[in-house]
This record gives sequence, C-alpha cells and structure tokens, in this order.
Amino acid sequence: MNTISKADMKTLFFVAIIALLAPFILNPFPTDSGLAQFNAGYPDLMQRFAIYGILAIGFNILFGLTGYLSFGHAAFLGVGSYSAVWMFKLLSMNIIPALILSVIVAGLFSLLIGFISLRRSGIYFSILTLAFAQMSFALAYSVLTPLTNGETGLQITLNDPRILAAENVSGNLPVTTLFGLEMRDTWAMQVGAWDFQFNIGYYICAIFLLLAFYLSIRIFRSPFGMMLRAVKTNQNRLNYTGINTRPYTLAAFVISGMYAGLAGGLMASMDPLAGAERMQWTASGEIVLMTILGGTGTLLGPVMGAGFIKYFENIFSKINDTVLHGWFSWMPDGLENIIVWVLHLFTGKGWHLTLGIMFMLIVIFLPGGLMEGMSRIGNWWKRRKGDDDAESKSTTTAAE
Amino acid sequence: MGILEVQNVNKSFGGLKALHNVNLDIEEGKIHAIIGPNGAGKSTLLNCFVGKLTPDTGTVMFDGHSLLGIKPYEINQLGVSRVFQTPEIFSELSVWENTLIPCFAKRDGSFTLNALSRVSDNKDMAEKAEKMLVDVDLINKKDMLASSMSRGDKRRLEMAMCLSQNPKLLLLDEPTAGMARADTESTIELLKSIQKKLKITMAIIEHDMGVVFSLAQKISVLAQGTVIVEDIPENIKGHPKVKEAYLGEAQVEGNMRDD
Amino acid sequence: MDAILLQILNGLDKGSAYALIALGLTLIFGTLGVVNFAHGALFMLGAFCAVSLQKLVAVSKITIDPSQVDFLGNPLKVKTPYVIEWFGPKIGNAIIDWNVPLAIIIAIPVMLLIGYVMERGLIKHFYKRPHADQILVTFGLAIVIQELVKANFGANPIPTPAPDQFVGSFNVGALIGLDASYPYWRLIYFAFSALIISSVFAFLRFTTFGMVVRAGMADRETVGLLGINIDRRFTIMFGIAAAVAGLAGVMYTPINSPNYHMGMDFLVLSFVVVVVGGMGSLPGAVSAGFLLGILESFASMNEVKGFFEMLYLPSIDQIIIYLVAIIVLLTRPRGLMGKAGVMEE
Ligand SMILES: Nc1ncnc2c1ncn2[C@@H]1O[C@H](COP(=O)(O)OP(=O)(O)O)[C@@H](O)[C@H]1O
Ligand SMILES: [Mg+2]
Repeated sequence: MNTISKADMKTLFFVAIIALLAPFILNPFPTDSGLAQFNAGYPDLMQRFAIYGILAIGFNILFGLTGYLSFGHAAFLGVGSYSAVWMFKLLSMNIIPALILSVIVAGLFSLLIGFISLRRSGIYFSILTLAFAQMSFALAYSVLTPLTNGETGLQITLNDPRILAAENVSGNLPVTTLFGLEMRDTWAMQVGAWDFQFNIGYYICAIFLLLAFYLSIRIFRSPFGMMLRAVKTNQNRLNYTGINTRPYTLAAFVISGMYAGLAGGLMASMDPLAGAERMQWTASGEIVLMTILGGTGTLLGPVMGAGFIKYFENIFSKINDTVLHGWFSWMPDGLENIIVWVLHLFTGKGWHLTLGIMFMLIVIFLPGGLMEGMSRIGNWWKRRKGDDDAESKSTTTAAE
Repeated sequence: MGILEVQNVNKSFGGLKALHNVNLDIEEGKIHAIIGPNGAGKSTLLNCFVGKLTPDTGTVMFDGHSLLGIKPYEINQLGVSRVFQTPEIFSELSVWENTLIPCFAKRDGSFTLNALSRVSDNKDMAEKAEKMLVDVDLINKKDMLASSMSRGDKRRLEMAMCLSQNPKLLLLDEPTAGMARADTESTIELLKSIQKKLKITMAIIEHDMGVVFSLAQKISVLAQGTVIVEDIPENIKGHPKVKEAYLGEAQVEGNMRDD
Repeated sequence: MDAILLQILNGLDKGSAYALIALGLTLIFGTLGVVNFAHGALFMLGAFCAVSLQKLVAVSKITIDPSQVDFLGNPLKVKTPYVIEWFGPKIGNAIIDWNVPLAIIIAIPVMLLIGYVMERGLIKHFYKRPHADQILVTFGLAIVIQELVKANFGANPIPTPAPDQFVGSFNVGALIGLDASYPYWRLIYFAFSALIISSVFAFLRFTTFGMVVRAGMADRETVGLLGINIDRRFTIMFGIAAAVAGLAGVMYTPINSPNYHMGMDFLVLSFVVVVVGGMGSLPGAVSAGFLLGILESFASMNEVKGFFEMLYLPSIDQIIIYLVAIIVLLTRPRGLMGKAGVMEE
C-alpha cells in the first residue's frame, strides 16, 4: 500500500496493535487485587473507547482542520443511534444495514444543518450548531415521540416486524449480530490471576475505528485536507484565490457528521437502544473536550483524548464515598472526613465537575492538548540530554 | 480601451471621502503604477477591484465584466489576482503548501472532493509550485512555516501564489515595502521578466520611486481620493501637481517631527 | 381576543428573561468581543442567590418546650427562625415571606463581584486568544459552576415562592374590557425587566461612561487610541452584565423553581435570541427576546396544537424558537437588526 506514507503507516500500525491487544493492555491488574478497579479491559468499556474514538476522529476532521467549532455533533450521534435501532426493529438484527442507514441518515441530517449553519462562521457558527443540537434534542425528547419514543427511548421489542429475520421462537429479545456472529459473545481467557476478555462487539468496533482512522489519515494528507487547513488559517486568501470555501467546509461538516452517525450506529449495535440524552449539549461538549484534550488537528490526539476521558469517567464514577473512606482510613478521622468530603465533589457523581475543570485547565494551559504536552516533554528531555552531553563534553575537554 | 476600466468611483467611510470620482484605464499588457501620498486612497481603490469593498457609486469593468456585486472568488476566477499591503498568506501552513494551494485551485473554482489522493502524489502541481518558488527565490525556505518568514519574504511568497494562477491582471499593493535592497532589485527583475514573458497586465502601488520609474509604463497619481494626473513616467517626474501633492505630505511629516 | 391577550402576557415573562440574558450577552460581546458561554450560569447563580437567602432566613433556633409533647411523648422541639427571634414575629415573618425581593439586595453586590472576578481572573487573559478558545473556556466554566451548584443544592428544583401578596392572579384584561387573568408575580417580573432594560439603555445613553462604552462597541481600537482606559470600563461593563443576568435570575425563581441546569437551558435560547435580533445590536436583542417569548407561548396554545394535529404534524412549541431562527437566518443572515461587519471575520 503506498496510499499513505511510511510514517503514517507506522502510526496506523501502532493503533492497530494497541486495538488488537487492548484486552491485555487494559487489564494489567490481577482480578482479585485491590487495583483491579483500575482495569479497563472489559467489553463494555473497550467498545466505548473505540466508538468515542471514531466520534472524536470525525469531529477533528471538522474542527481540527477547518477550525469550525461545532457544538452540535451529539445530534448526529443520536440520529445514528435512532436509525440503527429502527433497522433492528424493522429489518433484522444484523448490524450492517443498521450502520449503513445510520451513516446515511446522519450524513443527510448534517447536510441540512451544515447548509444553514455554515452560512456564518466563527462564533455564530458555534452558536447555531449548539442551537440545532438543542432543537434536535427537543425533537427527539418530545416533538417526534412516534419516531423516538420520547423520554423512554427507542428500544427493540418482541413484536417488531423484523421482516428479514427468522421467526423468533425463543421468546427472548433478539440480539445484534454480524451475519450470525453475536455482538455480546465474549471469550474469556484465564491466565493465572488474570482474566482477559475477548468480545466480538469490541473487535467489530475496533475494526471500524481502524477504518475511520485510516480514512482520516487519507483526508489529512489529501489536497482536500490541505484546503481545509487553509480555510482555518486564512479564508480571505482562499477567496482571493478563486475558491469558494463553502463546499469545502460543508463537505468536512458532512464527513464528520457521518463519522458521528457511524459512532451512534455502533453504539446502538452494541446495545440496541437510543435515547434523547445522547443528543444533549453536554454530550456535544464531551466530544469537543475529547478532541482538544488529545490535541486538535493531530491525527492521534482525538483517539487518545477519547480513551483518556472514557477511562477516567469510568474510574471516577466508581469512586464513591465508601471507596474514598477505604483509601484514607489510615488517617485521623477528622482529616479523613475532610479529604473525603473534598474528593467527593470530584468523584462518583461529581465526575462532570472534574470534566469541567479539566476542560478549563486544558484550554488555559495546554491548548495543544496531550499531544503538545508530550512533545513539550520530549523537547525538554532532549534539551536536558543535550545540556548533559554538552556538559560532559566540556568536562572532558577540561580534563584534557 | 483598457482591460480594466474604472469610472466615477466614489467611496466614503462615514464622513471621510476616501475616493472621489476616480477614473482609471489600465491597458492590457502594460504595467500601470498608482502612486500618491499615504492615505490617498490607493489601497481603498484596489479593494474596490477585488470585492473587498463595494464603491458607493461608479463602475468597475474588467475584460467586459462588471466587478461590482460579485464575490471575491468570482472576481479571481475572471483572472484578477492581488498581492496585499499586509500579506494575506496561509500563515500556519508551510511555504510549500502555500504555493501548492493556488496550484490546486481550479481556474473555474469548481469543487472536487479530492480527499483520497495524496498531495505529494500530484507531480505536476509539485513541479509548478517548485518552479514558482525558484522564481521568487524561496525554494530553500520551502519547509518553513509561512508566519515565521520576514515581511519581504512573505510578500514574495504571496507574489508566487498569485503568479502561479497565471492571472490576466495582477494587482500589487506596495510589493517591495519591507524588502532589503537586493530583494527589491530581484523583485523588479522578476516582475519585468514576467511581464515580458507572459504579458500579464499589472497595476502596482509603490512608494519607492526608483521601482516605479524602472517598471511603469504609465502612472496615475492619486491624492486625497482623486486622480490628479495620469501620464507616462517621463511626464510625471517634474509635474507641478505631483510635486505639490508630495510636498504637502512632506510638510505635514516635517511638522509631525517637530512635535 | 382574550386568548391572544393571554398568550401575549404569558410570553412576556419568558421573553423578559430572554431579553435580559441576551442584553448582557450582547453587551459583553460588543464591548469585550467575547462570547460568554457562562452567561447562563450567571443567570442561574442569581436564582440561587434567592435560594440561599431562603435557606438562610429559615435557619432556626431549636428550643425544647417541656409544656408540650409530641406524639411519642417526648418534649416538643420548637423551631424558631433566628430572624423571628431577633426581629420579632412581624418583621421576621415578613422577611421570610419577602425573601425573593430581598435577595435582590444580596444579588447585586454578589453578582458584581462574581462578574469582576470572572473578567479579571479569566476572561481578560482570553481577549487575544482565538474565539474558539474563548468559547471553550467559558463553556468549561459554565460546567464547573453548574456542577458546583448541583453538588451544593442537589439536582431537584427548589421551590422559591413569591411574597404572599403576589400569589394569585388578577384580571389584567378587565382594564381594556377583555377577560384574561394573569398571575401578579409575572406582571411584576415584566415590569422589573422593563425597568432594568430601560436603566441599562439610559445608562448607556446619558452618562459619559455609557458614551465611551458605546463608542467602544462601535470601534474598539479607535477609542483605545484616545487614551481612555477602556479596559477598566469593560471590566465594569462585565460586572453590570453579570448583575443584570443575576437579577433576572433572582426574580425568575417564583415563576420556575430554580435548578442547576436552568442556566444552560436559557443560555441556548438566549443565543438564538441574539442571533435573531442581530449580533451586536442591543435593541435587537431585547425585541427579539420578547418576540420569541411571545411566539413560544402562542405555539403552546391548545388551538395551535390542535391545528397542527389536524395537519398530522407534531406540535412545535418546543422548537418554534429554532424554526424562527432558521427562517430569519435564511432570509436575513444578519438578523433582524444586525449591522454589517459585526461578527464577520
Ligand atoms: N475600512 C476603512 N474604514 C475607515 N476608513 C478607512 C478604511 N480603509 C481606509 N480608510 C481610510 O481611507 C483613507 C485611504 O486609505 P488607504 O486607501 O489605505 O490609503 P493608501 O493610499 O495609503 O493606501 C485613509 O484615510 C484611511 O484611514
Ligand atoms: Mg495602502
């Protein structure tokens, strides 16, 4: 394959290896140890890593390349989920038609919203996408109840037509499959004190993640991607070069909307239900945060950001007061209570507060996200080593 | 009949009349200089050609098309390119990418979703861009970030970007400002050779009279928003009205220095 | 006719809130050039000033009255709010009853202070940063404020009633020969908003301070060149915008019990209001606020809902504001009163 450069191939390969070995890598602690709560190698969470990775990669194609900050991407995620669930209800439990519909519907929906929102740029654009997302939420939550089942959310039932599916005789709700391969199938491997889980659903998601990542590399390196970056740095010059930027930004918007649709479809494929809360502004904010946390405009950053946030969300949400008291029980009671009280704000249900603070800290101190942080550390390290070398050299010359 | 015809153009900013009944006729294949003291309205005039501003009244015709009421990108598609007074480049991209973008831009502005080919696989574009960078002597800076270059280099990059489009009319707003002497000379040479080779019509705003007189085939003098004289260079040199316009400014400058 | 009058009246209170928030947003945007995604949070903080005061005045001294016993036979614990103990039952009860209007007195300095700290501590550092960063950091701040309020006051709405005199409604329609009864407090809210809006306008119109600010909104750099310390004035402006949002929040509490996410709910709609009114236009923000508030209330009329049902369409009261925004944007991209050049990078 010489469609992508060697360096990009390496990155892709790196992501592929991580994705393949995730059940091992994310499960470093023995099942019975106290640290097992920091493991992340179970199907449900790994699926989320991959799905949110896709979402952030797609968002980055819009925000990272063009600089258009959308606050409405959760709407496309939600639309993708609803479409998939409808496919499960009407057609069959196979995820392929569901995913296809998710991507198409999200694409059309983003075409519509993008067409209107992209009439303006900058802050205006952000406000408009936010408003559209809230409108979509209102539509899903109440206005279009026949389509979305309102507050309860859309679910599959035994009475659904499912015209392509064989008659269900078991009396149980059917499960999502890929041509018979059940998404929930998990193969557990016991190695000593460790318990590794290999889940079909996760690997399907991982394959889609790799495809999404590969496509994003192609887009980044293409003339189209270059034009998008040009949009970000100077739209005027593009105009004076004879280029109407609208089709470019709209294409980027739709592509990233389709990524979000795919993510939404996968979400429903792993767990066939869809609810309006998936479309709320907090969800959109989370997508933005993942991307900037990892590093806007970088290839790898968004995936890292998504993994980082989903991992800590999982860990932090599990830390309730009992756990905290357990950790700090060795302290004098008064001190213990104070510390637990403070930490309580940030953990368990307080995860959103941590998220908000992280959001601010990243924007204030590290606008380039983790990727920038890593390269800063790398530079610092090199410079220090350089200094050391210089020093040792000067000492050797002095010794001579 | 010129390739660019400007008739009775007026433009005010609030109470300030920046352009007052400006008439201008730029002949095809010539280099036409527009000179005048600071604040005379030269940049404003060019802004009316590229769609950055719309004149209050008057007409601007290029090659049989009106340039008023159409979008900047449509104007460029007609064949008008411009180098700005403050460089308009893609400052967060490399010099190389800056040059490539106009090469990739279709002349008719049509959009193709070229999302799967690699930039580096488009050999003909690369050749074109490379040639342009050699011409403006920036080839050894091609991997630099555009924003990290000197002002003179930025302007030459912008010139390369405009020239790679093969425009019919090239508008240059103080192209040599901020350049070292040697760069100025080479820029003059570049413009001259392009003019000879490609017969691109140019309108050039310039303060450096050396540049003006070695390049221009015709000169318009703008003062306080009106064209006071339009003639060939030989006749401009000793023209009393021109002296007055510039001397007026010199006096003002002198006063300011006294303060 | 009666129904129409009623809907207009019903739209006024929400419209007032939209108008007040949108006014502050526009002021901040026009002067500081920053879009403040935490502005809704300021509205919410105002509301929680009222909640806090309500909790504060309810703090009670517990005494044991041996002469009475509860149903278990234990001596009865009697709670007496400290305000009653200190000021006597008459004044004390009045304070408890009137806590929402009284909260205004607390909210003004508190909100001014919050605004000041926010601008000096955070926003100031973002003037020169890209718009996206400004949006992101204020968005993050909005989440933080919201979550802190939730941690402190819980997730459920907290009823904060109006003074007893204003509970109930009266027939406004009777004044002009119609029949439309309308809660007192909503009328007060509208009057209060009108008062604040006109004070802000008068302030901008007739004081030198206001004149400089208006000049600054028109052309920031030029005014800076005049040697006027525009930055300090902008800080004050931010404080004022925060106070306006806060007061809107305080007085809104009896209409809708405050909860931690009310800020974001109102913010999104107020943004739409700003967009419809025209970015950077104060009269636009105010009139669009009322307009959309009233339209929203019309869309929730049973007759309108019935009409849509007849056409087999869902009712649109939840999304009418957005639909209007789309139409306005498609036909008048600058909004109803927007000026050219504002917000067009
Ligand atoms: N966008 C604008 N708004 C207000 N005044 C302007 C604007 N652009 C130019 N001017 C004014 O118009 C006059 C002419 O400016 P300009 O065309 O830049 O002069 P120059 O001949 O030096 O290029 C100046 O007084 C300038 O201040
Ligand atoms: Mg100029």
